[in-house]
Amino acid sequence: MLKLLGRQTLHVVSGFGDFALFTGTSFSSAVKSRRLARRIARAVYEQGALCLPVVLIVGTFTGLVLGLQGYYVLNRFDAQGLLGALVSLSLVREMAPVLTALVLVGQAGSALAAELGIQRNSEQIVALETMGVSSHGYLIAPRLIAALFVFPIQTALFVAVGLWGGSLSGSLLLGVQPGIYWSSVERAVESRDVRECFLKAAIFGLLTISICAYNGFNTHRCRSATGARAVSASTTRAVVHSSIIVLAADYVITSFLV
Amino acid sequence: MSIVVQDLLLQVENLHKRFDDHVVLAGVGVEVARGSVFTLLGPSGAGKSVFLKCLADVLQPDAGRIIFEGRPLSSGDRAGRAKFRRRCSFLFQNNALFDSLSTLENVALPLEQTTNLTDQEIRARSREALRQLEIDDHADRYPSQLSGGMQKRLALARAIVTRPELVFFDEPTAGLDPLRRNAVFTMIAKYQRQFNFTALIVTHDVDEALVASDRVALLDQGRICFAGTPAEFSASPNPIVRAFRDSAEALESSLSAIRRADDFPSEDS
Repeated sequence: MLKLLGRQTLHVVSGFGDFALFTGTSFSSAVKSRRLARRIARAVYEQGALCLPVVLIVGTFTGLVLGLQGYYVLNRFDAQGLLGALVSLSLVREMAPVLTALVLVGQAGSALAAELGIQRNSEQIVALETMGVSSHGYLIAPRLIAALFVFPIQTALFVAVGLWGGSLSGSLLLGVQPGIYWSSVERAVESRDVRECFLKAAIFGLLTISICAYNGFNTHRCRSATGARAVSASTTRAVVHSSIIVLAADYVITSFLV
Repeated sequence: MSIVVQDLLLQVENLHKRFDDHVVLAGVGVEVARGSVFTLLGPSGAGKSVFLKCLADVLQPDAGRIIFEGRPLSSGDRAGRAKFRRRCSFLFQNNALFDSLSTLENVALPLEQTTNLTDQEIRARSREALRQLEIDDHADRYPSQLSGGMQKRLALARAIVTRPELVFFDEPTAGLDPLRRNAVFTMIAKYQRQFNFTALIVTHDVDEALVASDRVALLDQGRICFAGTPAEFSASPNPIVRAFRDSAEALESSLSAIRRADDFPSEDS
């Protein structure tokens, strides 16, 4: 029992070390990588343009639900005028960075893990190495760099449509004056909240894209399966680990920032 | 067993590699002359691909020395190994083409990432490589839209576009019918002379290898049991060489009989 516990602990610790090394190597390889800007642009397109519709849809419905729930809760205390503050602070401080990260994990992260897994299985990654091209610099670094600013931008858009959704359900459907709603938003959100929101989004972006890339890149190390099943297993692992890490990191970051 | 040749490009001494308890290479040594075609023969599972991947720096050998142009490549010398890799190319058994890049982009990639050439120069050199391998009409197609033979030529175009001095071929004819095997070896021999690179091929196709190679070696149970010219290989009384030759011939004649009986279709188009 003790042996098993020790082995598992060592496995987890070495896994964290390996992951940290992977992320560090990817960033350091970016320095030597040629024509990096083009590949960053491609990664921005993948994480940005391709995921934008889902981010906007989820953001709108989150705002609609927050407006609806918030109205009925505040109505009990005759404080409907604070609906804008409730929706905006919920979105900016917690919901937008977390939900945007989860949406991007589901779309861009899973696609990245699967793509790298297939490239590993078909020896495309080894082919890069034999050409003297750093696979970390070519495949991973542009995605990590893109994530550092795409996640905050997507989060900002999520907040914008979420506020609009809140206004839609609160003002148009439930009768809160639009002026009261938007002035409440303006009074509630401080620049510190926005800074924290962007900081969280950037950290989530870095963590999730690294985890997805790490799992896809190491598909060949999968012990439980080989071939297509290994790609499937690494993609599933990438999404599950990333989702858990987003929620855990959210708690840790919030506890430091509050 | 080692061979004596002039102007050695690559020397491998006492290479060892094992995976857990399974010993794959048990002291392999070969010498490859500059500008020659060297073929390492051996049955499937003999460790030929592992040997090639150790040379190409894809796998780390457990022991042994790799000497390139008289200089040993040490595992700690990252810069030296990176320089060595840039002077070599590797043609994979399954081609390992980048399936999301077009034919032209596949060939351009090593130039884009390892040289300081301008975009125009890269494009011109890539197109030239495609033209030399007679696939320039398919520059905008994706690898999956090419036939098996064209994919092989594309892989070779990508391998030679950086003008390497040494090209490793890992089972270049695996899964091909005899006609295609012959065509691939003819292609390697033709372009080897045209571009003057040194070719190190691993294969189990005896007949084609003997025609296309300057020197051959036979790997058996992790050791080199024969090294010499194709003529010496054909005449060798070494029982392992004879057994390998006879088994290859027997396999070929049984496959031909099956093909004749069933009108077996060719695998490649």
